Amino acid sequence: MLNRTADSVARATPEPLARRVRGISDKGLAWLFISPTILLLLAINIFPLFWAIYLSFTNYRANRPNEVVKNLGFANYKRILGDQDIWIAMQTTAHFVFWTILLQTLIGFTLAWLIDRKFRGHAFWTTIILVPMMLSPAVVGNFWRFLYEPQIGLFAYAVSFVSGIPPTNIQMLSNVSLAPWSIIIVDTWMWTPYVMLICLAGLRSIPEYIYEAAEVDRASNWRQFWSITLPMALPFIMLAVLFRGIENFKMFDMVNLLTGGGPGSTTEVASITLKRQAFESWRTGYSSAFAIILFVAVFGLANIYVKALNKVKQR
Amino acid sequence: MSLTSAHSVVAPSATSRRIAGTIIVAYALISIVPLLWIFATSFKTPPDSIAYPPKILFQPSLEGYCNLFTTRTRQTPEYIKALGPATGLCDETVRKRNMVIAGPSNFMPRFVNSLIIAFGSTFCAVFLGTLSAYGFSRFKVPLADDLLFFILSTRMMPPIAVAIPIYLMYRELGLSDTALGMILLYTAVNVSLAVWLLKGFIDEIPREYEEAAMIDGYTRLQAFWRTVLPQATTGIAATAIFCLIFAWNEYAFAALLTSGTAQTAPPFIPTIIGEGGQDWPAVAAGTTIFLVPILVFTILLRKQLLRGITFGAVRK
Repeated sequence: MLNRTADSVARATPEPLARRVRGISDKGLAWLFISPTILLLLAINIFPLFWAIYLSFTNYRANRPNEVVKNLGFANYKRILGDQDIWIAMQTTAHFVFWTILLQTLIGFTLAWLIDRKFRGHAFWTTIILVPMMLSPAVVGNFWRFLYEPQIGLFAYAVSFVSGIPPTNIQMLSNVSLAPWSIIIVDTWMWTPYVMLICLAGLRSIPEYIYEAAEVDRASNWRQFWSITLPMALPFIMLAVLFRGIENFKMFDMVNLLTGGGPGSTTEVASITLKRQAFESWRTGYSSAFAIILFVAVFGLANIYVKALNKVKQR
Repeated sequence: MSLTSAHSVVAPSATSRRIAGTIIVAYALISIVPLLWIFATSFKTPPDSIAYPPKILFQPSLEGYCNLFTTRTRQTPEYIKALGPATGLCDETVRKRNMVIAGPSNFMPRFVNSLIIAFGSTFCAVFLGTLSAYGFSRFKVPLADDLLFFILSTRMMPPIAVAIPIYLMYRELGLSDTALGMILLYTAVNVSLAVWLLKGFIDEIPREYEEAAMIDGYTRLQAFWRTVLPQATTGIAATAIFCLIFAWNEYAFAALLTSGTAQTAPPFIPTIIGEGGQDWPAVAAGTTIFLVPILVFTILLRKQLLRGITFGAVRK
């Protein structure tokens, strides 16, 4: 009864007054709140993306803005897929991503597993371990050049101290076979804490009663690790691998400062190739096509991976 | 014996704890060495910094910091003698190397650019992010999941790929090498993080608070302002720090899109050179000054770190 009166009063009230009483409608407010973000992303992310797609079909060169732009169709894409250098860059990237993720996952998980023992002072030491990942990869990567210097660098000195190889022979950045490892070492140093932190969350999410039940069943520690710890932490490990995979596929700053893709092109990961093509050779159309291919590759791989991750989670 | 005080059968033994502790401490100490080395190098003289074997004990000097903030010219000893007494510590230090301070270096302006761009973009990203996160958290937005995924997917693009069209667009709009252009760009990159993180934080605030406020006669907007925002302060602060760290550390866009007036510190620091190559104490000094704020923030943030680095996917 009361409701109906209120309803009829509301209906009888003229529209502007009703609006003043209620304020903006929820739906209006929702759009008012969300649209600025969407507009900004459309302007700074999506519009440029479509522009890049358009450019990828042309022979446009950013250093010659007045030249007539020719439509090339799929010629840029065909050339990229047949370009030996691009494939070498993709292999370099795959090598970098594979080894960094493998090392970071192994070391990161082990560290998390040890920290989970909750020894005295574990919180303090965890914070210390986390510091490298918060720092600027560019600024710190730049300093690693100094650490890697043969003769005067701390890294070469420490390695020669342990191994007995003369420090002048440890040319981390200029030796063709060592340079790829120089970037893998810095990346692993920087980002192992990241994987560790996520794994730690995974380990802490495992309820204690499961271990207690296993203990009652007299499962060995080894068995508990393989049947409880690892499977239950797996979704977290996979999430860490996803984030690191995407980040390292895009890797630019640290590599650019550490080796700049050199010596020659031994450490030229995809982003470095892209920068050389776009901002040194000024092949804007060609590099846009490469950028689109990279984007589709990351996006596609990430999507497949997320599907696999969800399957593991549901298990 | 009550059940709660019973010793847990699954707690790690004292020995295994001790071994774990030793390994972790060893790893932490080794992984912190490069950072300690940066700090130590910033207080070395250039000859000390390139000594072999590397010097662990040395006479501390402020030469690196003096070189970081100044540009110098080489002069003859006679000229320097004729100058009269040195005006300050740095003056005195550089004169010992037969140099005279010629003026301030570009470090301060670059550092100030970093501050302006990082704080400006953080403010914008958190402002926009809070509004959107509230929208997504409280209202039925059509295609909400798709929009949220779209917001996140903008982060998957390699920065160089984004930089190509942005470079052309900014050239057309006159935003190349301007602080405004960089603030807009970093806001766009950070807003995805801000929306995802803040949505998580706001989801955790019970709706009942606002509903109670609205029954008391507040409009939705007032309820948002008076009840939700105060409760979300911790989340907003944590999000702001994450955005700040990203903008502060960012290199790829800064290196490609700025060259002079709006250049930030990360692309500048690697270009600090002295006579005959990189002036490592000065680089280390710049790096130290650049890293200290991040160290402070990391310690402040340690409880929220996990959430921040996984876009809110993992919460403790």
